[in-house]
Parts: sequence; structure tokens; C-alpha cells
Amino acid sequence: MRDLEIKGMVSAHAIIASSIFVATVMPLFFVDNFSIYGTHLTWLYSVSGSVSVVNITVFWLLGISPPTKKHTLSYKVSRAVRSCLYFILSCLLFHAVVVLYGAPLLESALETFSLAVLLSSLTTLRCLCVLGPSVQAWIRVFSREGAMSVWDTSLQITTACSVIGAWLGAFPIPLDWDRPWQVWPISCSLGATFGFLTGLVIAPAWIHWHPEVLGRSPG
Amino acid sequence: MKIRSSVFASLCLIFEIFGIALFLRGFFPVPVKSSFSSKSKLSDLPAEPLTGNSPNSSKVPASLFRRVVIVVIDALREDFVFGPKGQQYMPYTRNLVERGSSLSFVAKARPPTVTMPRIKALTTGSIPGFIDVVMNLNSPALLEDNIIWQAKAAGKRIIFYGDDTWVRLFPKHFMEYDGTTSFFVSDYTEVDNNVTRHLDSTLKRDDWDILILHYLGLDHIGHLSGPHSSLVGPKLLEMDHILKRIHASLISRETEGSLPNLLVLCGDHGMSETGSHGGSSEPEISTPMVLISPAFRRKAGMETPSTVEQVDLVPTLALGLGLPISQNSVGRLIQPVFQGTSLRDQLRFLHLNGFQLSCLLKDSMPAFEKEEGYEQFRVAEKSHGSWMKLYLEGNTSEVLSNMGRKVLKQYLEALQAMSAALSRQLGKYDMYSMVVGMVLVLQVLLLLLIAMPEALSNSAEVELPLASALLSLPFYLLCLLCCSVHVLVCTSAEASCYLCGLSWGLVLVATAFSCGLLCMLLSLANQKMSPGSRPAGKSSGDSCFSELDILLLIGTVGHVISLGSSSFIEEEHQTWYFLLNTLCLAVFQDVCRKYFRERRGTGDEGSYLPSKEGPPASLSPAGELSVGAGSEKWLALATPLLTLACCRVLRSLNQTGVQWAHLPDLGHWLNSQEHKAELSLLAAASLVLMFFLVQRRCSLVSKIALALGLLGVYSYRAAVGNVLFPWQPKEGRDLSKGTVEARFVYIFVLGILFTGAKDLLRSQVISADVRLKSRGLWEVYSGVVLLCALLLRPHNLPVLACCLLIQTVMAQFIWKELQYDAAQTTIMHYWFGQAFFYFQGNSNNIATVDISAGFVGLESYVEIPAVFLTAFSTYAGPLLWACHLVCYLTSEHHRSAASLGHGCYCFALLRSIPVVAYILLITALRYHLFIWSVFSPKLLYEAMHMLVTTIVCVFFTAMDQNHTSRS
Ligand SMILES: [Zn+2]
Ligand SMILES: [Zn+2]
Repeated sequence: MRDLEIKGMVSAHAIIASSIFVATVMPLFFVDNFSIYGTHLTWLYSVSGSVSVVNITVFWLLGISPPTKKHTLSYKVSRAVRSCLYFILSCLLFHAVVVLYGAPLLESALETFSLAVLLSSLTTLRCLCVLGPSVQAWIRVFSREGAMSVWDTSLQITTACSVIGAWLGAFPIPLDWDRPWQVWPISCSLGATFGFLTGLVIAPAWIHWHPEVLGRSPG
Repeated sequence: MKIRSSVFASLCLIFEIFGIALFLRGFFPVPVKSSFSSKSKLSDLPAEPLTGNSPNSSKVPASLFRRVVIVVIDALREDFVFGPKGQQYMPYTRNLVERGSSLSFVAKARPPTVTMPRIKALTTGSIPGFIDVVMNLNSPALLEDNIIWQAKAAGKRIIFYGDDTWVRLFPKHFMEYDGTTSFFVSDYTEVDNNVTRHLDSTLKRDDWDILILHYLGLDHIGHLSGPHSSLVGPKLLEMDHILKRIHASLISRETEGSLPNLLVLCGDHGMSETGSHGGSSEPEISTPMVLISPAFRRKAGMETPSTVEQVDLVPTLALGLGLPISQNSVGRLIQPVFQGTSLRDQLRFLHLNGFQLSCLLKDSMPAFEKEEGYEQFRVAEKSHGSWMKLYLEGNTSEVLSNMGRKVLKQYLEALQAMSAALSRQLGKYDMYSMVVGMVLVLQVLLLLLIAMPEALSNSAEVELPLASALLSLPFYLLCLLCCSVHVLVCTSAEASCYLCGLSWGLVLVATAFSCGLLCMLLSLANQKMSPGSRPAGKSSGDSCFSELDILLLIGTVGHVISLGSSSFIEEEHQTWYFLLNTLCLAVFQDVCRKYFRERRGTGDEGSYLPSKEGPPASLSPAGELSVGAGSEKWLALATPLLTLACCRVLRSLNQTGVQWAHLPDLGHWLNSQEHKAELSLLAAASLVLMFFLVQRRCSLVSKIALALGLLGVYSYRAAVGNVLFPWQPKEGRDLSKGTVEARFVYIFVLGILFTGAKDLLRSQVISADVRLKSRGLWEVYSGVVLLCALLLRPHNLPVLACCLLIQTVMAQFIWKELQYDAAQTTIMHYWFGQAFFYFQGNSNNIATVDISAGFVGLESYVEIPAVFLTAFSTYAGPLLWACHLVCYLTSEHHRSAASLGHGCYCFALLRSIPVVAYILLITALRYHLFIWSVFSPKLLYEAMHMLVTTIVCVFFTAMDQNHTSRS
């Protein structure tokens, strides 16, 4: 059972990771002068879009999403609307946090918001896919020892890795090297993406080597 | 020997101070100086090099100029004359530069670009050591050989008007002087009018030879509102007008047959894009130097000015006036100035300059003969001799002039090489003192680290094997070894080591002490290593770190690592802001976890919440903000968010650092003339908020004193002219120094501190009452707050108010409720203290020290109070947080009696780690390009911070003592 789950997770993560690479390479054929530094925002949107689409598809196909009690259309619609709302809220929240960290308030607000969108699609969107728009479940998963399934653990790890990646990505900004990737928000978004990729790799490995973690679920 | 951890920490810090002092002594090189204490004399000048004998060989060079007027404009940047600003605002000077008979240069000032070292450089020609900046506050008379002294000795009559630094440096040198203090940075008209008012009468007279004017107004404008302020233009116009007057007068008094006059315009240093100075950025070190005299040929148009060193003015002026070059000058004469003289004279001048430099080289370098410049000079001297021979023989052929030009070139190259060699000499370190200091500091840090489990145990006591260490054989052997090393070092190297100059008794004591420390360290380590003998009181059995612990650890280590990069030192505030934000988010997560897990009510977390809540009401100090239980949760949730918001606002109040320092910030906006009303409102609101936050815990007397004191602060600021006073005539009131108001506040500060000290003493001696002690501490704390409010600039008062606000809410809703232990609380306090150090506008650059704080309430410069007040206001942030930590931990005493000891120990450790790491780093990086501009100022800041921390820790220890002696 566990091995099967881990295998499924590995393949899902592989698909998500490859979607990021595809999103980095594909625009080369469609956009003129595309480069990660030069047209950073395009790259950023491309990555967050593809990650969102692939995430939703994969989790829908795997059927990980929490079981819905009712199967009526209206219930599904309201869930979708709530999810969208949560996503937007999380974008705003990330934006606010980034501004609190010292990003300029007005100038380059678009860049800051784009970073917030990327972070949301790397973290919140996966939560929405796995847990649904339920605050209670989110709080449970992100409390200590709150994971109840391998997917919860994976969620914890990838989210933490993305956020830490963005956090670490801010460090090179004050250096006076004048490199193209020191421009706001390139280092942070690259950091978040690399963190996410690392999380995708670490999560199955962690679960594989720590089988006891799930046995301790509270309640 | 068993001592409490607080005593242990304080002792360690005190020893570290000694180590750092020794390191600093070795690190900051003593400036290049010749060993003769006498001054250069005309009679010592060498004869013209000559192979044969000749009657007129030892001719003293004649003066080239009759009168010299030197106009020093403080902080005159190169582009204020040569750039577009000069074109617009200095039309007359520009005209002279472009078409007059003048010579223009860009003179590079060496960092530190602070006025006093620059004046010293302009008069002695030496490059002052970095440590001169620290001595900038008190400038004793200049004893070194300098051009002013030389001029006076030669019978020249000197008149000086301007910055009184000159008067202090050269007492009794001037025939006539009027010094103006740069007392108020906000005054930029009066300081200059004080100089200009003497101009007319002086220019009419004939009884002087040298006139020196030093204008301060431009510098003040720079400090007030930067180089692009609208005030700069009119000021430059004014300066231009003054130059025109002087020049016109000099020309009108020029007579046929007599020597020409010389007018020198220069700046002591430039001005950065924010208007400050002190560092080594291009705009700070580039100053214009314009020499105007009919002796120079007329220009055809604007030429790009060539670059010279600022110190080059000294030999040029000295030779131009027929004076000997001062001994320690490392400058080379500016050759174009002597273009008009005969080739023989030119060579003679170059020879004199070269001779002086070679003497200095001989004196300051043991291996001077290997120096390239010295060699070149010898060769040039020889060919000069043979040229002279031909010349005296009456040869006037083309060959002679060609040969002469060749000699000239040789001389110029030799001068350049020797000057460069001397400048390199500045980078010499006294490695012996540095290593000894470093070893001492490192030992203390290791001792601190090794004693960590014991110091943080429940008993908070450290067992030091002092007796066994001192009575052991290795101790004596080590002492012997160290002494022999000392003898070896001191006999082998030249006597440039500081330690070698110390008396033997002192060295012996220090050696014994250091060896004892090492033995103690070794035996402690041995104890720790051997299994089975672990101390019983070890508490950290469960090694379960929370996220917060990990963050605190990573932050501390990461900060230390970041010190290795010059950019991170320049932008250190960013590191602290970043860490502080993350800390707030981590705390927020902790709060969420506490309050939201509670609702789920799962069994395993039950111990987390209830029952312990609500400390015994009798112990909690009076005046906690009273809140209901329900709203407590939301307040706790809001506290980290409020802190985050405060920090975000504060970071945009003062833009510090280097890379983003030019961005507009709220502080500049508030300080501009048209936003005075907003500033007044903000200052008043902050003062009121401060009153409400601080008064809660004080006695009634202190409350009243505090209110009056804060009112006094406002009226002081109104008197100085920073803020508006509501019922006061807007016009026709003159700015005073506000001495009366400031002293009024000082009285209240002393009063409150006295009440607090009285309570503390009573709690210790008579009643042993914890509440009394807590109140006494809070009173001391409010006295400190009041003093800060007085010293900080009005636009920084919100920093103070926010500091108090965050302290209050964090203490009540976070630290107390979430039951963080003393170590965690201490680290958080330390981080906040660091961040607030930068919030108040400080940086790791000397230029941001607010010296005006040292003059609050003083009629004139008094050294000790001025230094104390400046240091106090600079470290206001860290100091306030440290004081709050003492108060907080004392009021939390009921939880753990050892918390104060733990706090003190952690505080000492937190300060020691970066200092020791930085000392190691700076030793490794001592040949780094930015060593003088970035790393050295930071070292001074670190050392000063260490001193402040030591004082706080001693205070800690005193408080801890009271407690234990009571119980
Ligand atoms: Zn100056
Ligand atoms: Zn200045």
C-alpha cells in the first residue's frame, strides 16, 4: 500500500517537475527574445500557469482530492468558487508578506504581485488540490505532527521548501555584484522554483526513509 | 570556584574588552611619521646636487608668491565647480577656470573623509591614520610638523576665519582669528556670515601674508538636505561672490615688480549622494582644487582637470612660499604650478621634494634602499648634478635643455614611486598585538561556549576549576613558554610592537592571566569530554528544537557568516530586518498553533495550555493593559502583525546603508522645511504615546516627572527650531541653543533615575520586596527612555514610540503567554535591539553617527559628556532593548529564579560570537580592498557595541546579585 502510494507520488512529482522544465523551454518557440532574466515575468507566468494546470490535472486524475459529500453541481461550483477565492486571498497575503519584508510598496508592485502569484501556485494551489478549501484541514496539516497521509507529508515538505527557497533567494539581493539575476524579484522566484523542485525530490525520499512518521498521526 | 552565570558572563565580557582593545591597538596603524621630533628647518635643506664645487650651490629657494589666500569650502564636491552645478551657480569661478590664469585639479581626499583628518592632511601633508576619526571629537593641538607652523616660523603673518577646528589644531599660530563652531547643523547662514564679515577689512589691509578661510555652510546644507537640495545653489552663488571679491581685491593690489599673489580654492572632502561624508565613495573623495594667480598662463577654454592627491597641496604651497616641506608629508609637488620658473629652479624644487620624501622613506622603512623610488631618486640626483655642472659651465645648447627635461621626468617618476611606497606603508599592522588580542578573545569565547550547559542549567552557576588550573604544572610551563616567546618576538622584530613597549611586570601579569585562562579552558574541556562526570543539573536532555529555536540558531550563525562580505556589512540593516520579519512570522505561527490547536482539544497538547496561565496577580506588576480572556487571543494574534507593520514603517523612516541610501525616505520628507507641521504633530504624538506606555509601571512622582520631562523634550526641539510650538509667534523669534530646556529635561532624567535607584536599594537592603525592585527597574528604564527622547532627532521619535509599543505588547501577549524561556527571549531582544539600531538611522559607516546629540544642553564642547551622549544616542536602540530585557526578566522572576542569569549569559554570548568571528575575519581580510572604508568602521562599531553590552551585563549582574542575596 505504502510503496504503491510512494510510487504514485514519485510519478506525479516527476510530471510536475517536468512541467516546470517544459514551461521554461516552450516559450522559446513562441516569444521573441525569451530569457529567464530578460523577460522574467513571462517565464514566471508560464511556470505558475503550467504548474497550476498540471497540479490540478494530476490530482484530479489520481483522485487525491478530498471526497466530496455531495455530488451536486451547485456544490461543486461553490467549491470551485471558494477555491478561486482562497487562491486570490493567498496571492494578496503573499504580496503583503513580501512588502513587509521590504519590497517597495508602489513601484515594482507588479513584480511583487507576480512573485506572490508564483508562490501561491507553488504552495496554496497544491493545498487546494489535496485538501480542498477547508481551513480546518489546512491548520491540521501545518501543525506539528498533523500529517495523516503521504500526500499531507508531501504537501508539508514542498510548501516549506518553496517558501524557504524564496526566503533564501532574497539573500543575494544586497550584494554589489550587479548580476542580472539580482534584479527584483528574479532571485526570489528562482529560489522558490528551485526550492519547490527540491521539495518534489525530497518528499518521496523522506517518506520512504521515515515510515514511522505516519504512524503517529494524532487523534 | 563556583560563580553565578551572570557574574561569569560579565567577567568574560570584561576580559574580552581588554582583548579587543589590544587588537585595535595593533590593527589601526600608527600614521607614517618620522622619528625626529623636531621640525624641518631651512638650514637642513640639501645643497643643489653638483659634481664640482660652486659658490651659490646652497641657495635657499625664493618665494614664488607674495600673498596666499586659501579658501576651504567644507564638503565642496568636485562637480560643484567643474560640473553643471558649477556652470550654473559659480559663474565667476567657472570663468576663471575656463579662461583665467588658473590651474584646476580634482584633488582626491583619502578616507576617512571627515573634516579634522582632512585639515590635518591639508596642513601636514601626511595621511592621518584611521583612528584619527575617533579623535575627531576632541582635536588637541597639532604637534606634527606642518605648513602653518613653518610659515609662522618663517615670519609669515597668518589670519584665519572659519571652522574653529583650525583654532584648536593651531593655537597661537594665527595673528588674528575668529573660529565659528559647527554647533548647529541646521544653521547654514550664520556660520558663513561670521567668516565673511571680516573679509572687507582684512582685504584692505596689508599686514598679512596668508589668509585662510574655512566655510562650513555648504557642509551643513549637505547634512540637512543633501547635494541636490534647493539650498545648495544659493550657497554656491554666495561662495562664488566671495571668491570674486577676494580675487578682485588681490588683482587690484597687485603691483608691478612684486611677486604675484595666489588664491587657492579647495574643499576638505566631498559629499555623498545623501549629503553625508566619511566614507570612500567617489563623490566623497573628489574635491576641486583651483589655484588662481597671474603667474599661471591663461587658459583658452575648459580643460578636463587632471587628478592630484589632496596632500600634494602641502609641498606645492611650501615650495611656493619658500618654506621647507613638512617632514611627514607624503605629497608630491604639483608640477604645473612651477611651469613658469626656470628649468634650474624647477629641478631644484623637485630635488627638495624628493629629498624630503627620501628622508621620510629612510625613516619609516628599514629596507628603504630596496625601494624602487629611492633608487630612482638617487639616479635622478646624479643626473641632476651633471646637468648642473654643464649649466654652470655656461652651456646653453639644445642638449642641455633636453637633458634637463629628462632629469625632470626622472624626478617626477621617483617622486611618484616614493609617494606610493609611503602610502603602502600605511597598511602595516602590528601583528603581535593583534594575535595576542585575538587569542585572548578566542579563549574567552571558548570558555563561554564550553560552560554553556552549566550556565543555562537550573541553578545558573558555573564551576570554574580556578585553583586546580593555577596550581598545575602545565600552567607554569605555559607561562614560561609565553614569556620566552615574548622575548623572542621583541628581540627579533623592530620595536614597532605595542606590547614590546610595555613594562615587564605588566606583561608578566598578562601572560600569567592568559595562561591561566587557557589551563582553565583545557581542564573544563577535559571534564566535559570524560564520560560519567557530567554535571547533574543538565537540563537539555530532550534535544527537541522548535522551529523558532532553529530560526534563532540559523539567524545567529547566518549573521556571523554574512560579516565576511563587504556588501553585507554595508547592508547589515537588511540582514537584521529580514531576520526580524522572519522571527515575527515564526512567532505568529507559534501563536496560531497555540490558539488553534487548543480548539481541537486533542489530548497530547493538553499540557500546552491551561492551568499555568495567569501568573499570581499579586506578583504581576501594576498597570498591565487589562484585557478580557476572549480578546486576549485576538490580541496575541495581532501582536506579531502589528510588530511587522511597525517594522515596515520604521524601515522606510531612515534609508541607511550604501546601495539604496539615495532613495527618498520619510525622514528626509519630514525634515524638509515645508513639512514642519507634520513633523511637529508626529513628534508630539510619539511623545504622548511614549508617556502612556511608560508611565504604567512607575510611581506617581516618576509619572509627573516623566510628563514634565517629555514636555521639556518638545519645548527643547521647538527652541532649537526643529518643531513648531503651538502658542508661539511664528516670526521674529531667534533660534537658541535650547540649553535651558535641555537642562530642564536632564534634571528630570536624573530625578527619575535617582528615584529608581532608591527603590532598588531599598528593595535590596530593607524590605526585599520584589515589587519594589521591579518598580525601581521600570523607573530606571523610564529615565533611560526620557534621555533617549531628548537626544534622538525629532523624526526619530516614532522609532522610540514603536520600540516601547512593541516591547509592551510583545511582553504581555507573546513572551509571557507562550512561555518562551529566558534564552529565547534574550535572543529575540537582541535581534530587536540590532534592528532598532538601524531603524534609528545608523549604519556601519562612521558618517551616520549623529554628533549633534553630544551638544544637547551644552554651551560649548565638553569632551566627556559629549562623547557619552553621542555614544548613548547612537546605541539607544540596543540599550533600550537590553534595559527592557532586565526589567522583563526581573518581573518574570517567579517563573524561574535563574532566568536573569540565563539572560545575562545569553546576552554576553550573543555579543561575543560576532565580535570574535569578526576579529578573525578582519585579520584574514586585512589586505582587502575595502578594509579601510568598510571593514574598519564596522570594527569600531563592534568594539563600541561590546563596551555598551558589557556595561549592560554588569547592570544585569548587579540585579541578579540583589535577588540571590535576598533569597
Ligand atoms: Zn568637512
Ligand atoms: Zn560634515
